[in-house]
Amino acid sequence: MNITLRVWRQDNPDAPGRFVEYDAPDIESHSSFLEMLDVVNERLTDQGEEPIAFDSDCREGICGMCGLMINGLAHGPQQGTATCQLHMRKFEDGDVITIEPWRAAGFPIIRDLVVDRSSFDRIIEAGGYITVPTGSAPDANLILVPKPAADAAMDAAACIGCGACVASCPNGAAQLFVAAKVANLNLLPQGQPERWTRVEAMVDEMERYFGSCTNHGECEAACPKRISLDFIAMMNRDYIKAKFKNRRLAGQRS
Amino acid sequence: MTTTDKGTDRGSANRRRPWAIEFYSSAVVKKWVMAITGIIFLGYVFVHMLGNLKLYLGPDPTGVFAIDHYGEWLRELLEPFLPRVGALWIIRAVLAASVVLHIHAAYSLTVANWKARPVRYQSPREYLVANYASRTMRWSGVIVGAFIVFHLMDLTIGTVNPDFVAGDVHANLIASFSRPVVAIFYIVANLLLGLHIFHGTWSLFQSIGWNNPRFNEWRRWLAWVFTAVIVVANVSFPLTVLTGLVT
Repeated sequence: MNITLRVWRQDNPDAPGRFVEYDAPDIESHSSFLEMLDVVNERLTDQGEEPIAFDSDCREGICGMCGLMINGLAHGPQQGTATCQLHMRKFEDGDVITIEPWRAAGFPIIRDLVVDRSSFDRIIEAGGYITVPTGSAPDANLILVPKPAADAAMDAAACIGCGACVASCPNGAAQLFVAAKVANLNLLPQGQPERWTRVEAMVDEMERYFGSCTNHGECEAACPKRISLDFIAMMNRDYIKAKFKNRRLAGQRS
Repeated sequence: MTTTDKGTDRGSANRRRPWAIEFYSSAVVKKWVMAITGIIFLGYVFVHMLGNLKLYLGPDPTGVFAIDHYGEWLRELLEPFLPRVGALWIIRAVLAASVVLHIHAAYSLTVANWKARPVRYQSPREYLVANYASRTMRWSGVIVGAFIVFHLMDLTIGTVNPDFVAGDVHANLIASFSRPVVAIFYIVANLLLGLHIFHGTWSLFQSIGWNNPRFNEWRRWLAWVFTAVIVVANVSFPLTVLTGLVT
């Protein structure tokens, strides 16, 4: 199939970017979107042009590295998948495909389609962990986990941190990512000791970089792992509770 | 607490501020405040609509209109425990405080959200589920706010209603809605109010965290039904007066 790409090219974080058009003839319709970009880059390299910079790693939808705004949709027109799982057969011969990087203050552009998502790492550092004594592994089934909690925590844990929620949100909010990471631990018995400090610290860190939720639901629709908006409600509830609980706990300090 | 240096620093800086200020500084709390004040508004809008339905009861045998009786009852509410119009002023004070909080939170969140995406998408965006109501909350909110100012000047204070007589509710309504431009403004403003409360009614459940598989699917239905009831009733008042069905 023959397609035309309109790709955002930007040399460095401060350079003004622009759309550049590339003709991409003879694209195998069974290739993935990223494989198509590989082919285009090979040709650009052969012509002595700078290839298009884009992120990718596992290319099987579990690492969260890839992420492109394709025709105005995060991860493209196919729902419930990452960019790497999108195939060219989803497009028509002769299509003009516009590709843009994620746009958010918390995701500064590094080059072309590559953005810096280390703000997500800062949020995880703020509370996305449990404090455990190191040493030998505890015996299996020593900590009992109720089945519904295990299932819900697993659903939340499916988040791969790609940033599509931020990219698709009209407010540039990271609520779905943070809610998934908070719920993942706050639902499980191992996460209980730090439940209230965790949600407060992670939300506060999130608000340093990202916008706020107005309940459009775009993030849920764009999420390659179909993380539910219900986790955002759960995070909101835990955050408000934490504000009161942590205040009372603070009063107990000498 | 053994988080990062940055986290600990922020904690101690925050503790120097009064708790309520620190509490309100969070965007999640601002949305919570918007939801709580939103519930107050929804309750008020519903009671306001119920009261206005008395427009259709007409006059009693002595010639006093039912809605005028109702207006007097509101002024006498909780008398003699409270002085005359005391309860009314308490309601007004709660509403005014809610308006200030709701608007301040909305303004502050809007500014923060604009800053969260300083460079917009350079190609057209496509939306999958965000609807017209959710994407026009800021516009519908501002226009409804301006309408409420006009509405108070029209039917409470009377400055923009040349035939206004304090306490003469029925006559004031007829005088106001008999002006086609004003009646159309009321109708348009109430349609926008409908857009605003449709998204608000659903959205407040998320902001407060009222989320349970038992009732989640009913939240959208509640928003639809509540909005429909409010809009149909509210639009009917100027419409029936304008068309001469109520005189």
